[in-house]
Amino acid sequence: MTRGGLLGLPYRAAVALVLFVAVMLALPLFVSGYIVSVLVVILFAAYFGQAWNIVTGFAGQLSLGHALYVGLGAYTSAALFSHWGVPPWIGMLAGIVVAGTTGAIIAALSFRFRVGGVYFALLTIAFAEFTRILFGHFNWVGASSGLFLPVSSRAGFDLLRLRGSPVMFYYLLLALTLGGLALSHHLLRRRIGYYWQAIREDEEAAQALGIDVFRYKVAAMALSAAMTSVGGAFLAFYENNLYPDTVFAIGRSIEIITAPIIGGLGTLFGPILGAFVLTTLGEAMTSLSSDFAINGLKQWCYGAALLLIVALQPAGLWPWLRARLGIAEVRR
Amino acid sequence: MLYLNIIVAGLLTGAVYGLMALGLSVIFGVIRVVNFAHGEMMVVGMYAAYLIAVETGLDPIAALPLVTAGLFLFGYILQRGLINRYIARPEHEQFLLLLAVATIITASLLMGFGPDARNVQLDYAYDSFQLGPLLLDKVRVLAALGAVLGVAALWAFFKLTRTGKAIRACADNQFGAEVVGLDVKRLYAVTFGIGAACVGAAGCLMLLLIDVQPYIATDYTLLAFIIVILGGLGSMPGALLGGLLVGVSEALSGFVVDPSLKSAFSFALLILVLLVRPQGLLGRA
Repeated sequence: MTRGGLLGLPYRAAVALVLFVAVMLALPLFVSGYIVSVLVVILFAAYFGQAWNIVTGFAGQLSLGHALYVGLGAYTSAALFSHWGVPPWIGMLAGIVVAGTTGAIIAALSFRFRVGGVYFALLTIAFAEFTRILFGHFNWVGASSGLFLPVSSRAGFDLLRLRGSPVMFYYLLLALTLGGLALSHHLLRRRIGYYWQAIREDEEAAQALGIDVFRYKVAAMALSAAMTSVGGAFLAFYENNLYPDTVFAIGRSIEIITAPIIGGLGTLFGPILGAFVLTTLGEAMTSLSSDFAINGLKQWCYGAALLLIVALQPAGLWPWLRARLGIAEVRR
Repeated sequence: MLYLNIIVAGLLTGAVYGLMALGLSVIFGVIRVVNFAHGEMMVVGMYAAYLIAVETGLDPIAALPLVTAGLFLFGYILQRGLINRYIARPEHEQFLLLLAVATIITASLLMGFGPDARNVQLDYAYDSFQLGPLLLDKVRVLAALGAVLGVAALWAFFKLTRTGKAIRACADNQFGAEVVGLDVKRLYAVTFGIGAACVGAAGCLMLLLIDVQPYIATDYTLLAFIIVILGGLGSMPGALLGGLLVGVSEALSGFVVDPSLKSAFSFALLILVLLVRPQGLLGRA
C-alpha cells in the first residue's frame, strides 16, 4: 500500500478527503439558499450517524433510541438559554453532561442485568419514548406546546449566541462533522477502539482476553450519547422551536440509524456518504411526488430504495464505493 | 365499582392486544427475527376489514376469517420470498429490511386510502350488557371473545397438529429439525404466515374499538414489543398475560392520571420488567 504522510492516511484516501473538504468549503458560495438548507440537513444526519456509529458500528450494541440524546442536548441548551440567557456553548456542555450521564446509566442498567441484543435495542426505544411523553408534560420546557427560542435576524453571524444565517450553521456543522470523522478515526486506532471491535466481533472471547467488557460498552454508549447531544444543541438553535413529539420521535431515531447503515455500518466515511444518499433521495422524492400529488408516493419510493440497497449492498455503499475509487481500508 | 368497570374494560381490550402480540412472539420465538412491521400488518388487517365492510356491509367479525386467511398468505409469501434470505444476517440488516417493508406498507395504504381516519359504523356500537354491578360494552366483549378464540385455536394448532409440533421442533433446535428431515424453509414461512394471521385477526377486532389510519401502525408495533417483552419473547401465555397487563395499565392510567400519559406507564412497566427480569414475566431464562 502506498502511504502518504498526510494525516497518516493512505495516499488516495488523503487526496479524496482533501478534495471533499475543499468542495464542501466552497459549496455555499455557488449554490442557492435552498441547497444550503438541504446541505445542513445532510450534515446533521452525517454527524448524528457518526455519533451512533460509535456505539453500534464500533462496539456492536444496537441502539434504536438515539433521539433521546438529540432531545436532551437540544432541550438542555435551549431551556438554559431561554430561561436564564446561558450562552449556547455553556448549555452545550451541560447537555453533554446530561446526555452522557443518561446514556451511561441506561447502558449500565442494561448491561449490568445482561440485557443484550434485541432486548437492549427495545430498551433504548422504551427510554426514548418514555422521555418523549414525559417532556410532553414537563411545563418548564413548554410541555407539548413547545419551547421557542427568540428568532433574531437570519442574516446575522453571531457565533457566541448561535444566532445567524443557515450558511453559518452550514460551516459550524461541517466543522462538527469533520471533527466527528477525526474523532472516530482517532478512537479506532486507540486501545479503546480495538477493545470495542473485539467486543463487537465476539463478546465472550473479548471477556476471556481480560477486556472489561461492561466498562467499554458503557463508555461507548456514554460517548455516543454525549456526541449526539452536541448535534442536538445545534439543532435547537438552528430550528428555534422544539416539540417533544418531533424532537424525541422514534422516526428521528430511525432516521439517525438509516444513514450509517446505508453508508456502511462501522466504517469511517459510511455515515457521511449515507447521509448524502438518503437526504438527496428524500428531497428528490419530495419534488417528484409533489409533481404527481399522490399521497404516500414519496414514502413508497423511499421504502423501495431502502429495500434495494439492503438487497444489493447489505454491507453498505461505502465499502463498495471505496473499492471503486481504489481507496484501501484505513490500516488499523 | 367504577374502578372494577375500568379494569374489566382494560382486560377486554388487553385480550385483543394479547392476540396481536402473540403473532410477534410466535415469529420471534421460531424464526428469531423481530418483525418491525408488525403494527403495519395489523393496520393492513384493519383496512381489509374496513374495505369488506364498506363494499359488502359485512361486519368486521364476519370478515375476520377471510382477512386472517389473506394475511396468512401475505406473511407466507413475505417470509418465503424476502425475509428468509436474511435470517442468518446481523440484526441491523434485518431491522433495515423490515423497516423498508413497514415503510412500503404504510405508503401503499396512504396511496390507497389517504391519511384520514376511517371507521366502520356498527348498529350495536353503543350497546352494553349489565352483569350485576358491571357494565360491559358489547363491542369490547365481542372483540375479547374473538381474541380468546383466536388464542385457543393457535394453542390447539401448536399442541395437536403435526405441522404445529414440527414448528415447535424448529424453534427448539433448527439444526436438529433439519437433520430429521423437516422442511424448515416451509415451516418458517408457515410460522410467519401464522404470525401475520394473528395480527390480521387482531386488526379486525381492533376495528371494533378504534378508528384506522395509516400512521397508527408505529404505535402498535411498539405496543406489541412492550407486550411480548413484558410476558417473555417467545412465550405464548406470556404474550397473553402481557396484553392483559398493558390493557389494564392503559385503562387505569388513562382514567386516574391522564389519557396522554397511558403509554408512558406501559413503557415504564417495560423498563421495570427488563431491568428486574429481562427474560420477561413468563419467559425462560
